[in-house]
Amino acid sequence: MGYVAVKGGAHAINNSVILYKNRRLENGADIEVESIKTNMRQLINQVMSEASFYDRDTAALAIKQAEGNMEEAVFLMRAHRSTLPRLYYSTVTDTREMFVERRVSASFKDIPGGQILGASPDFTHRLLDDALKESADGPKETIEYKEVPFNYELDKLPKVIDYLEGEGLFVREEENNDEPDDITKKAIEYPSTRSQRLQALTRGQTGAVTSLGYAEIRGYGISAHPNIGECRVGQQPVHIDPDDDYGEYFIGDFEVTEIDAFMPDLDEDDSDAGDKDLMIKIGYGLVFGQNETKAIAMSVLDYSLEHPVPGVATSDDEFVLYHIDSVESTGFISHLKLPHYVTFQSKLDRMRQSKGEQE
Amino acid sequence: MPANDDVVLSIRDLSKQFGRGCEYCSDENYELQKNMCPHCHTVYAVRNTSFDLYKGEILGIVGESGSGKSTLMKMLYFDQDATSGNYNLPEDLTVKGNVFNVSSQKKRQIRNEQLGMVYQNPILGLKMDFSSVTNIAEKLIASGNRNVGEMTDRADHFLEKVNIALNRKYEAPKNFSGGMQQRVQIAKALSNYPPILLLDEVTTGLDLSVQADVLELIKEIQRDMGVSMIVVSHDLAIIRMLCDRTMVMLDGEVIEHGITDQILEDPQHKYTQQLVYSIL
Amino acid sequence: MSQNFAFLDEHSKKEIRRKTLKAIAVPGYQVPFASRELPIARGWGTGGLQLTLSLIGREDILKVIDQGSDESVNAVNIRNLVQNTTGVAETIHTSEATLIQSRHRIPEVPLKPFQILVLQVPQPEPLRAVESSERKTKMLHGDKEYSGAFIKLFEQIMKFGHITDDADYPVMVNDRYVMAPSPIPRFDNPKMNYNEGLILLGAGREKKIHAVPPYTKVESLAFEDYPFEVEDFDDKVCRESGLSGVYMDELQDEKTGETYYVTNDTSYMLEKLNEEAVQHAGK
Repeated sequence: MGYVAVKGGAHAINNSVILYKNRRLENGADIEVESIKTNMRQLINQVMSEASFYDRDTAALAIKQAEGNMEEAVFLMRAHRSTLPRLYYSTVTDTREMFVERRVSASFKDIPGGQILGASPDFTHRLLDDALKESADGPKETIEYKEVPFNYELDKLPKVIDYLEGEGLFVREEENNDEPDDITKKAIEYPSTRSQRLQALTRGQTGAVTSLGYAEIRGYGISAHPNIGECRVGQQPVHIDPDDDYGEYFIGDFEVTEIDAFMPDLDEDDSDAGDKDLMIKIGYGLVFGQNETKAIAMSVLDYSLEHPVPGVATSDDEFVLYHIDSVESTGFISHLKLPHYVTFQSKLDRMRQSKGEQE
Repeated sequence: MPANDDVVLSIRDLSKQFGRGCEYCSDENYELQKNMCPHCHTVYAVRNTSFDLYKGEILGIVGESGSGKSTLMKMLYFDQDATSGNYNLPEDLTVKGNVFNVSSQKKRQIRNEQLGMVYQNPILGLKMDFSSVTNIAEKLIASGNRNVGEMTDRADHFLEKVNIALNRKYEAPKNFSGGMQQRVQIAKALSNYPPILLLDEVTTGLDLSVQADVLELIKEIQRDMGVSMIVVSHDLAIIRMLCDRTMVMLDGEVIEHGITDQILEDPQHKYTQQLVYSIL
Repeated sequence: MSQNFAFLDEHSKKEIRRKTLKAIAVPGYQVPFASRELPIARGWGTGGLQLTLSLIGREDILKVIDQGSDESVNAVNIRNLVQNTTGVAETIHTSEATLIQSRHRIPEVPLKPFQILVLQVPQPEPLRAVESSERKTKMLHGDKEYSGAFIKLFEQIMKFGHITDDADYPVMVNDRYVMAPSPIPRFDNPKMNYNEGLILLGAGREKKIHAVPPYTKVESLAFEDYPFEVEDFDDKVCRESGLSGVYMDELQDEKTGETYYVTNDTSYMLEKLNEEAVQHAGK
């Protein structure tokens, strides 16, 4: 027996993994997945949205395993998602059938069906609440509030845009009920289609989508203030039609946030030169869970990609879609830690060559 | 007029429209608002234009901004697609017929080997961060040259020709003055000895003395190398100095063409008359 | 949770194999594919790993290397994942392996017919440095318009007196497509030319697969008077094995502060050392 391979790498990796797993436990109590599911609702919403994977139990498990690290939790969900066969697409669903839990319009004071504030952190004061330091076993008592009588059925609320359509300020686009392109089954090829853009945006990293949407309206793109026509949060029923014969099956409700952002735009069909009419165009956002900031930013980016301003990064589909995915951006940035000995040796060779020639 | 077989570039019925057109403006006799259909807002940037460029001559195209002269140049250099028309290069034996119809690969080859382009804005013609010598070599590389020594020799030759000191050849055009940038563009455009040179408002925005130098250079090149040129300008003074023949464009159409001196002395069209009298 | 053989579901594997066949049919052309997320991070070899997982069968013998070493942490990590989800046999010997996944190196032992080398690719687009838009680079490939790649090298010569591209040095494949060979050192570029095995390159984050089929011409870009040059180890000898003419790691002796060199392909060095030991014992 002569020389054998050194097994240093395998040992080091094993120990590193053990150390990492121990860290979570060494300082006290283990948290229940169920507690994460019930207490960390907003975190779960973000993780499900970025993972494009709607399952609160899996998300809660991923969050626990990731020790609350968003990028890790999303990554765990996405990796698991890759192992699951995707069997059906849902049938076309109409958000007018959403069971609305929250619904506000920034454009009209009174909207048909009324403003429904619902549950939102918008008007909480951001003061740390010492009372939360104490945790009780079992469900806490909830604070009582008075129900307001309400005349509409919550799953039949009209949309604000319907009112503008009646006024002639909005022209409904022709419906496109083709099966959308699925970027998880076929890579985007540029120029992208709208369904590819919407899918990439709704899967986008919350922070990245928000930042780019912010840049677009602050001073680098349309640089104008969109009006939120309607922000809805609610339960959206989803159906599948396995045999393609209109025999639909209800598979469940999904909590979603939907945004119609109103953007004033020229009426392209108006023929009076110099006296064109302004029309409302829509930027659209739809994300899993209650993720209002992300949904609004998505609607801004949807609009900026549909109505590009030349030379602006946030109007360039390649710039936006290539860089907003959490798993892709964090993966590439973090890979810089990996050994690059061989390539660096190659670079050194070139640098020494340059130096040698100068001397 | 020179004989027909001296034509190096020939354009027939060239048109470029932006917009789909409608039932009104598809009628040729329908009156447009300048170059735009008042009904559907389709812009007819260039309309049914025909002309020939003869070997060794400088052809001027003069007109105000929006007259279609720059759009015309962009189509000749394939920067923009034509809506319709015929484009022939009789001296280029590698292509037959309408060169608007050849593959994009072939168009790139024609751009590299048959044509040279000097833009008003040097950013369009140069890589501002690369050294001047690399900028000149770009055209040679694109047409398949793989010999660094040969290409740097050629670059030196043309840098000298356009009066740029060779000790500045490794500098990037972004460090140069506007006049020098145009000289680098001219050197690049000539590097392949193309039979045809296109110059689009090349002295616009330069100081008068610098303008005069660049114009002198263009004349000298035409004298020494016998390159055929198309010169686009809004400035009749430049046209008068450089061009053998001139076309006057207005609202996308050629309204007058002929020997430059003749147009200057005896303009026929009302617009040309205004143009001529305003400078004399 | 229970996993499918080789992690991915069979539909996904089939799609990846189809795209791989297309890549083999058009050498050097980047075929887009619907890259899946894997349990290791994007940018950490998921393109290569998806090729490996979609191709691997129970009879395969797997070798995984990173930076020339079977024991590099990333190589161990990838090998563990493939083994945990497939249970296939592993080897460190290049000649024994049927499937080799590698990052940044082509092994020193030449590939044989029916061996597959999978390379991990961070940036599959050789023109990206000169053109940031994908739709434009796609058109440039379509027109075989590669002056951008040469201009970059030309400018390096003007600036530094020689070409300064180090690893991931662009190659022309089958006289048609300019291709990024992945960040292998220039030393390994010539190994691709008319090699006898199948080389597959996968970029997970960028969602592209490209290939160099067996017996395909692969030429590193260069000028007539500035030929392609590999890294210079001419006067270097491996301190461990006495080998020369191989790619080396540069190391520092902590005691003497002296720089010394060791063969980068560790399994190759081991094989050579053992051969020598056997010969020695035989004498």
